Amino acid sequence: MLKTLHSQKKIQLIFGLLMGIIFGFLLQKGGVAKYDVILGQLLLKDFTVIKIMLSAVVVGTIGIYLMKGMAIAELHPKPGSFGMTVIGGLIFGIGFALLGYCPGTISAAIGQGNLDALLGGFIGILVGSGIFAHLYPRLDKVLQKGWFGEITLPELFKVNPWIVIVPLCLFIIIFFYVLESIGL
Amino acid sequence: MEFLTLKVWSPYLVGVGIGVLSWFTFLLSNKPIGCSTAFTRTSGMIEQALTGRSVADQPYYQKFPAKIDWEWMFVLGIVIGSLISALISGEFQLRLIPSLWMAQFGLAFFPRFIAALLGGIILGIGARWAGGCTSGHGISGTLQLAVSSWVAAILFFVSGIITARVIFYGLGG
Repeated sequence: MLKTLHSQKKIQLIFGLLMGIIFGFLLQKGGVAKYDVILGQLLLKDFTVIKIMLSAVVVGTIGIYLMKGMAIAELHPKPGSFGMTVIGGLIFGIGFALLGYCPGTISAAIGQGNLDALLGGFIGILVGSGIFAHLYPRLDKVLQKGWFGEITLPELFKVNPWIVIVPLCLFIIIFFYVLESIGL
Repeated sequence: MEFLTLKVWSPYLVGVGIGVLSWFTFLLSNKPIGCSTAFTRTSGMIEQALTGRSVADQPYYQKFPAKIDWEWMFVLGIVIGSLISALISGEFQLRLIPSLWMAQFGLAFFPRFIAALLGGIILGIGARWAGGCTSGHGISGTLQLAVSSWVAAILFFVSGIITARVIFYGLGG
């Protein structure tokens, strides 16, 4: 039944829109559509961004792995390599700090009326994506370097996923407790 | 429903909401939450409109065709959802420069515009280079426990923290 639903293109476009509306609503309510909050995180003065991301990770991981166990959801881990993930991650971070938004939060920033996001950052991301698309045929060697593929942490350590999930979630909850008790 | 008109929610509540939302994107759409490929597709559509030539023969657009898909609609939804949230809480405001930038670098729009444009270009290249952004790697990838996503997400922040310090406090900071 779910497979049929997944293959219905028009319904899926509507689902995408509706789920996006919920995501945008949540990002705006969380304050992460604001440059000030994102830079506050990168300057380590405001931990809103990390709190949101890691709470989503706790709830999301448990749910997704339960659903995977029940065979009602499949994972789609992204492939990675040294050349792709490490170099790309470092480039991304430079842009992230200069812009003060990321592709999701800039869309929410546009929705709440931030014109630097619309006129500067949004156009910049489109240009950057276009530049990458043109560079792509020449980047093959770099992107393939140190290839490790679509592996997950439990596959890497060859353990049952819950051996990773339980300590990870506990660690995150302790981290939250520490953040709150030092007033961050 | 007063809850919906509040200006800010607890970050933990928002995170739990995003986590639950991700269950439904997997369950109902078989998709992880992600944003940056929508920018690639849009960029391809704009290039087609400007040059009058199809981008379908370019290798990257064979991987990510320049057309509207689930994720493109999702990103459009983000703009609408944020607009709704901002309107009902009275937070919607057309603003040229964020206040933290203003306090540090002044009132002129041009420097902020250039930083945002340049930052956007670098971020756009980086997101496609790494194969995802703060949503695709940072949230959906990490919650699937993907190795690539944990490495990418940590490096997004390491590089972002260093760059932010240099921008705000100079190289000595």
